[in-house]
Amino acid sequence: MPPTPRRGASAVLLPRLGSLVVLIAGWQAAAWFAGSRLLPGPAAVAAGIGEALVHGEMAMHLSATLARVAAAFALAMAFGTSLGYAMGRSDRFDRVADPWLVLLLNLPALVVIVLAYVWFGLTEAAAVGAVALNKIPNTVVVVREGARALDPGLDEVARAYRFGTWKRLRHVVLPQLGPYLAAAARSGLSLVWKIVLVVELLGRSNGVGFEIGTYFQLFDVRMILAYALAFVVIMLLVETLVLQPVERRAGRWRQRHA
Amino acid sequence: MLELDIRRKEYRGVSSPLLAVRDLKLCLEAGRFGAVLGESGCGKSTALRILAGLDPDYEGEVRRPGEGRLGIVFQEPRLLPWRTVEQNVRLALPQPLEGRDLAPLFASLGLAEHRDRHPGELSLGLARRAALARAFAVEPDLLLLDEPFVSLDPATAGRLRGELADLVARSRATTLMVTHDEEEALALADTVFVLSPRPARLLGEVTLDRPRGARDAGWVAERRREIERLRAG
Repeated sequence: MPPTPRRGASAVLLPRLGSLVVLIAGWQAAAWFAGSRLLPGPAAVAAGIGEALVHGEMAMHLSATLARVAAAFALAMAFGTSLGYAMGRSDRFDRVADPWLVLLLNLPALVVIVLAYVWFGLTEAAAVGAVALNKIPNTVVVVREGARALDPGLDEVARAYRFGTWKRLRHVVLPQLGPYLAAAARSGLSLVWKIVLVVELLGRSNGVGFEIGTYFQLFDVRMILAYALAFVVIMLLVETLVLQPVERRAGRWRQRHA
Repeated sequence: MLELDIRRKEYRGVSSPLLAVRDLKLCLEAGRFGAVLGESGCGKSTALRILAGLDPDYEGEVRRPGEGRLGIVFQEPRLLPWRTVEQNVRLALPQPLEGRDLAPLFASLGLAEHRDRHPGELSLGLARRAALARAFAVEPDLLLLDEPFVSLDPATAGRLRGELADLVARSRATTLMVTHDEEEALALADTVFVLSPRPARLLGEVTLDRPRGARDAGWVAERRREIERLRAG
């Protein structure tokens, strides 16, 4: 079958750029209209980012936050995926673990963070662990659905041809879990970074959350927005340069017979 | 020697249990081709799954020939849609056969140009061929086929039947094929096991001693009457 013609990059990018321009223009208009120190315009915020990057410690704070996000995200995906898979495959384990899951799902992030700091001290491990714990139940729920939807027919093929554990996971299970893992990863990344800011605000002495706390005390909205936007840009880059290519690669086989 | 002796196999349904197989006993000499003939829904696929070791929940005994290496073709091709035809076949290979040359096998099944395609791009006939290639590639001691030609058009089914006969003749596998099609059973098998309607039990067996090439219409009609007599009791 002939390959579907690729749409030009401009056709994909233009609407995105257009809507971004509208957003920035609206922001600028609101800033003019308000004329207040409490709502700085985009140019002022951009200048703030520039200054903090060149003269300040923004790079250090951004990388501290990014490291925490990466660690918490990796932990949450690893534990959440294994637990979700086990619960989706075994009814008995699911019955035992489900009440815990419901408890964790409904425990406010703030409570988990405060308790982690109280019990384990104001440490890096407590901070990252608390963030991961907030994300794990979410990953479990998504991956459990995926594990329940695994094709029993392919499972029988793997058993009949005596696939080892690794071969079965890699070639039979993971490709089927792919869309679920992608969904968990995407929602996970944004959730994790928002919670990382809270743990930084409450108990770390660096990172974007700590800086936002400091500028909040100074009522410096310009720098609060500067830090928030700088990190949003980093997350956007991670999403477009890491998550999306991985997802496309995993879904390649699907496009051929669409 | 292949020995299957299922005294009882029940599916525990939600409301009432369903008795699928009862006193089904059959033996097949190593290297022979047996066909299990029965109406659809009679429990013959259940018996095949038990023989394959995929369903441990039954009363009875099973003895598989040789080391019990299994090649199996299910009713649906059951290929991994995210792997190419060749990858699907290679993944099934046991360690000592890894890296073997698959070209002759693909050629004899008409898959030579399709080895790099994904299952979603194949017709049902080609996907069945890929599933057959996977089963033969492992050089099985026991080859199990569950209605391997069902829902193919007659011409495709006929060609594939011929290819299967050739492959079986060259293989040392003990083969058991489950089918509802008398003509298919009489064209391919050395022995036909005739099953009752559900719960499946063995009504009797018909030995086909004539070589596959020499089975003319008169001979086939004769064997069909023999199967009819077994069914009438």
